[in-house]
Amino acid sequence: MNCKAEDYLLQETAWCPGCGNFAIREALAEALAELCLPSHEIVIFSGIGQAAKIPHYINANGFNGLHGRALPPALGSRVANKNLNVIVESGDGDSYGEGGNHFIHNIRRNPDLAHFIHNNQIYGLTKGQASPTSDPGMVTGVQVGGVTAPALNPLSMALVLGAGFVARCFSGEKEHLKETMKKAINFSGYALIDILQPCVSFNKINTYGWYKKRVYFPEIEDLQDRAKALELSEQWGERIPLGLFYNNPRPTFESTAAALEDEPLVFKPFDPRQVSGLQNEFF
Amino acid sequence: MEVNILVGGAAGQGMETIMNLLGKALVREGCSLIYNKDYMSRVRGGHNFSRLRIAADSPWSTVGSIDILVALNEETYTLHRENLVPSGRVIYDPQHITLPEDEDRGVPVEMQKLAEEAGGKVMANTVAVGALLVLMDLKTGTVEALLHDTFASKEGVAEKNIAALKAGYNTAAQSCSACFSLPPGQKDGKRLFIDGNQVLGMSALASGCRFLSAYPMTPSTGVMNYLAGKSKDYPVVVEQAEDEIAAINMALGASYTGARVLTCTSGGGFSLMTEGLSLAGMTETPLVVIVAMRPGPATGLPTRTEQGDLGYAIHAGHGEFPRAVLSATSHEDAFYRLNKAFELADRYQVPVVFLSDQNFADTHRSIEPFDFGRLSYNQAIAAEGQYEKPYKRYRITENGISPRIIPGRFSGETVLVDSDEHDEKGNIIEDAATRKSMTDKRMRKLTALAGEMDEPDLYGDPHPEILLVGWGSNYGVIREAVDVLSAGGRKAAMLHFSDIFPLPQQRLKDLLNEVRKSYCVENNATGQLASLIRQETGLSFDNLILKYDGRPFLPREIVEEVENEL
Repeated sequence: MNCKAEDYLLQETAWCPGCGNFAIREALAEALAELCLPSHEIVIFSGIGQAAKIPHYINANGFNGLHGRALPPALGSRVANKNLNVIVESGDGDSYGEGGNHFIHNIRRNPDLAHFIHNNQIYGLTKGQASPTSDPGMVTGVQVGGVTAPALNPLSMALVLGAGFVARCFSGEKEHLKETMKKAINFSGYALIDILQPCVSFNKINTYGWYKKRVYFPEIEDLQDRAKALELSEQWGERIPLGLFYNNPRPTFESTAAALEDEPLVFKPFDPRQVSGLQNEFF
Repeated sequence: MEVNILVGGAAGQGMETIMNLLGKALVREGCSLIYNKDYMSRVRGGHNFSRLRIAADSPWSTVGSIDILVALNEETYTLHRENLVPSGRVIYDPQHITLPEDEDRGVPVEMQKLAEEAGGKVMANTVAVGALLVLMDLKTGTVEALLHDTFASKEGVAEKNIAALKAGYNTAAQSCSACFSLPPGQKDGKRLFIDGNQVLGMSALASGCRFLSAYPMTPSTGVMNYLAGKSKDYPVVVEQAEDEIAAINMALGASYTGARVLTCTSGGGFSLMTEGLSLAGMTETPLVVIVAMRPGPATGLPTRTEQGDLGYAIHAGHGEFPRAVLSATSHEDAFYRLNKAFELADRYQVPVVFLSDQNFADTHRSIEPFDFGRLSYNQAIAAEGQYEKPYKRYRITENGISPRIIPGRFSGETVLVDSDEHDEKGNIIEDAATRKSMTDKRMRKLTALAGEMDEPDLYGDPHPEILLVGWGSNYGVIREAVDVLSAGGRKAAMLHFSDIFPLPQQRLKDLLNEVRKSYCVENNATGQLASLIRQETGLSFDNLILKYDGRPFLPREIVEEVENEL
């Protein structure tokens, strides 16, 4: 099969010129092409927000669900047909705010999927309110005195909850993003990439220039050293490390369910008459 | 001829153990019975009790009067003595309870002491079962066989329990042997002893349900327990979600991918699910939701019963989309009715709400075995050649149903669904014309869906003067009320809805204007079925018989209200 990135790109986008989403979308298309995954065997789940429009712009199966609820249907999909490649892609508000509970518990479950979060530290679709990852002090039309709560740190959270694949990328480092996406898709278990991304329309603080000055690629010797990964995840401010911080697989959700042992559930034939013995225990 | 037993005590004293053992043994002996629970929302203490009624004609409801009272604590005796018939008996432990001097119906059985002598006081319940058997002139053999089955894997446990059983039997025999005679075992062949949640769980599994995602909530949890118990041996996955929002969205993801799915909950959890219900409507994803009702609002009475969520089930979810609402009436019917819910969800690509309630969920009855050959498994997923290419998930069709394929099945074909308004392919749109045509397409499905609804069951006089209309788990109690009224010379009938929305109207319209007096009988404060009927048909009832104290109706309560209004 001859896989080309443009085969995975669909229709015009509705994003602002200069938006970080463009590079993320291109990196994804290139990653899928390099892995040469057939479109009909990929499913992209998303919630609501600018990033969550991605299923409309990538040639794959797509489930553009409710705000904050990208992960639960993705888990359901893993149950139904474990042969599909599942990617969950949404923004920081969707994934860490509205969907925070699902973020916590799906890391614990460890389903085999890749979770790409477009983290622009702002709510874009609703025009510029603070997100859970906005830095303290950011003034918006709602946070008129500036954000007071500390920013949620998704990477530290994921590590503490037992995620096996934890990475931070930047939309301005597309090649690195693409390579990390490929690793995440191939990883067995829940793989998180928090992708830093400027919002050119609403986030006047965390701009391309702001990130460019700060991001760097640290040398990481041991990808199974969680303490080191945690230390890197906590670096923020003057210096922001990028990279795959932690790569340490553990048993997946799918491997723990007896019914998922052999062929996918959706391909198992069924006839109610074969199970009439179910009522014997009630005699 | 019938025998009514009440076993009461504090939560944790094991009323259920007694009733499950006794009930199953009685059914094996050929008895027809019903057993239900009245319990508090606590794990220890309080006052819980179970009623078991044995009657010649398969009983549909329990009654207030008591023939045998098993008092595991003193409170049970105090609270229920007034309903004990003059010829009744009280089984009690004289080491723990003192009956009044003028109480001559006592059957003292030192349950704890006898249990300890047999091998442990945990077996006090088995002692009680032995006492119950001798009072009803039954031998211990059937229960012994059950104990062997139950404790097959635990060496010596069955033997100790049998010793406890016999100790109870022999002790009670000294004060009262064969005091009660059972109705003749009128049934040939084996029958099931099963509760409502088990009926629904077994139906789901036999309907090809492959995934249940749910959050535990009384009184729906039994469905989850049933399916989880089968998940090692059958192709079903049960996942305890972090909340009901996750539960319904997980189910939708699995359904989109091609599995038949279920979620179950009660009112509060259903409230959390409603955005997901709306998503099922918009994305046209098949889904069955069992809502086991309990009294609300908010946390309400967690372990009690009510039919307070009918209006909510019909209207839950923002925006307008087609759906069906079915209900559990009897154990016999619910097994096939839930299968119908799955079939409708798949055929019409809609959410189907299946209303159960605590009264149904927790009630055991003795019933004929189910015919699994009557169940269907047709997901209505398009095969190669059954859809137009290029594939469009929301292709406009005459009946509104777009051929559905599942992701990964056909090379080159992708499936896109969207919670935003979308075009035929599934892509976000905002233009007025597409919005209108998509809304019309979705709503068109209601026309054919309405034709699938079963007319309500008519029971009793085919040309009644008195008509009792009901729905859901009140089937049995209204039926018994009709029997009582008919025996008293009234021309009475019941018209009972299992399929509720879209409302089947013909039989109701034919009857309601002809009868002298019509009543709508509901376990709620506002008469929600009556409201629905008025809204859909313009017809109203002469009277509403409503009960909303968290307890199920007793037949006499309905009969009295009817007689009072005549």
